[in-house]
Amino acid sequence: MKIPEIAQLIKAEICTKKHNPETDILSACSADLMSDVMAFSKSNALLLTGLVNPQVIRTAEMMDIKAVVFVRGKKPLESMINMAEEKGIALLATDYPLFVASGKLYKNGICGRGE
Amino acid sequence: MSTIVRDYTIPANDFTIAGEASSSVRKILSQLGVSPDVVKRTSIAMYEAEINAVIHGNGGMAHVEIDKNKIYIRISDEGPGIADLNLAMQEGYSTAPDSIREMGFGAGMGLSNIKKNADVLDIETEINKGTIVNITVFFKRE
Repeated sequence: MKIPEIAQLIKAEICTKKHNPETDILSACSADLMSDVMAFSKSNALLLTGLVNPQVIRTAEMMDIKAVVFVRGKKPLESMINMAEEKGIALLATDYPLFVASGKLYKNGICGRGE
Repeated sequence: MSTIVRDYTIPANDFTIAGEASSSVRKILSQLGVSPDVVKRTSIAMYEAEINAVIHGNGGMAHVEIDKNKIYIRISDEGPGIADLNLAMQEGYSTAPDSIREMGFGAGMGLSNIKKNADVLDIETEINKGTIVNITVFFKRE
């Protein structure tokens, strides 16, 4: 699923201006603890989180995660947007809570393929 | 190819720049054309060790050697050491305070994530002296 389609499904704002339009998300991981994210090893993955700090972007970089969705109305800091753009990671922000945002994406086909 | 050697300082308690050493090593490996799977495993192992040094070790040093077959990473700190290494290796066991968990770490997955991704992991630790985490990842698995 492409980034604009994800944004539409979970009513998210796309915060990064630069990201790869060809990015095709196949799987997702929802977590607030970054070490739990690092125990997850799927490719073409999206991260949904309520945690807002630079380590979220770092973790995404290390894990080859292509996009991050901040839930519960949280917005990434300017410094995080800059860091993500530099690394080609898309950042999105939605008002939906983690469970609802994850459920909507799962229901629409992001259900863990991409191993 | 000659051996590439890099040394980094890992600052204490600074979450804004924690991970920069791992990010830099990741870039070097990608530029060398190392396979994405190896780059990812190395990145996870080094980043977890770097974060551990920030959280538990009052910062430390990262020493990296890359040759044509492998990458060797040594993360050393002069922190309190690990009292029970077997317990620390268990998934979910953590001594990190709540303030660290609020930053998204301290899930008790760090050392097991390192073990899972490294080909060789050797930890030297001494109470009140510090900890040295030695990680080797081979570019081609035997």
